[in-house]
Amino acid sequence: MRTISLILVLFAVWLLFSGIYTPLIMGFGIASCVVVALIARRMDVIDHEGLPVQLGPKMILYWGWLMVEIVKANLDVAKCVLFPKKHLRPSLFLSKITQKSDLGRVIYANSVTLTPGTVTVDLHEDNILVHALTIGSADGVKSGEMDQKVTKVMGEE
Amino acid sequence: MMELLLDISTWILMMTGCAFLLITGVGLLRFPDIYTRIHAGGMADTLATFLIFGGLALQSGFTLVTVKLVFIVAFIFITSPTATYALAQATFIAGLKPVVDGFGDDGPDENSNTAKVKD
Amino acid sequence: MSFFTVTAIAILVSVALALTRAILGPTSYDRILAVNAIGTKTVLLIAVVGFMNGRPDFLDLAIVYALMNFIGTLAVLKYFKFGSLRGGLSRFHGEEK
Repeated sequence: MRTISLILVLFAVWLLFSGIYTPLIMGFGIASCVVVALIARRMDVIDHEGLPVQLGPKMILYWGWLMVEIVKANLDVAKCVLFPKKHLRPSLFLSKITQKSDLGRVIYANSVTLTPGTVTVDLHEDNILVHALTIGSADGVKSGEMDQKVTKVMGEE
Repeated sequence: MMELLLDISTWILMMTGCAFLLITGVGLLRFPDIYTRIHAGGMADTLATFLIFGGLALQSGFTLVTVKLVFIVAFIFITSPTATYALAQATFIAGLKPVVDGFGDDGPDENSNTAKVKD
Repeated sequence: MSFFTVTAIAILVSVALALTRAILGPTSYDRILAVNAIGTKTVLLIAVVGFMNGRPDFLDLAIVYALMNFIGTLAVLKYFKFGSLRGGLSRFHGEEK
């Protein structure tokens, strides 16, 4: 089932990238996609982590929310660069995470890193070590809003 | 009329992106230690890339080129935090202490044993 | 002067600033960070220059450069972390002997 969806995804990407639609080239495209999918199946990398189709549309809503956060955080960091004396308050602290699965933890840690102003330094079981640039960005991680969103997306409540 | 509107929005998007890029460059030079510089470097990867590629997408119209632009942005958004995390963790394991302003709950010393976990 | 030219100049200035950081150091991690930042900006520059000359095919090069930048950063970091490009397990195996 996942193998078929991998073939479909690969072929869609191939179609969008190639731009040449003659039967011969199309045949090569289909053949290479099938070969890649079979090799991936043999390597046993097609599982719920390698191809997370189960997340589905909730993930897209989460990306929209994350984009807004990124814009806000970018303005924060820009202020920090221009007026370091006033805004720059670096800190390093531990924070709890509530996701059970490895995939959820990776999504959360990467979201924290992708938001400028906070960087994940280390991740161990249900603790996350975060370096934050300002008081505001540190409070953003400590409040756990993003953590709850990711848990909701993963359906682990 | 449509052309002009498109050009104006491209100007706005790309100039905002340029401003963020320049701020990133200044931040890389100005911040006091490696951990804070990582934040500045990460800023170029997110919003500046998004704005400039958004401007390019407006110019290209709706073709296969737009799809490639969207793909590059998505790829950078997925790989950039991974590289940043690897860099931050390697720095932490190497034992470089961050400059902390002292309002966090835990200092870096209490957590230094987390470094052995990943080995 | 079109917006492509202005953007390309801004990217180049930003690359110069990052290059200053790479030269100044002081630690090797600062240099890796600067190189990574320059790589991201190069992706932007390739795309913008491609559009400037009316050849959006350059985007394929930008995709490849983004891939190489990511893999290269990870490889260099792994080298710094373990002192070799072999994985962590083989290193432990070597220590037991």
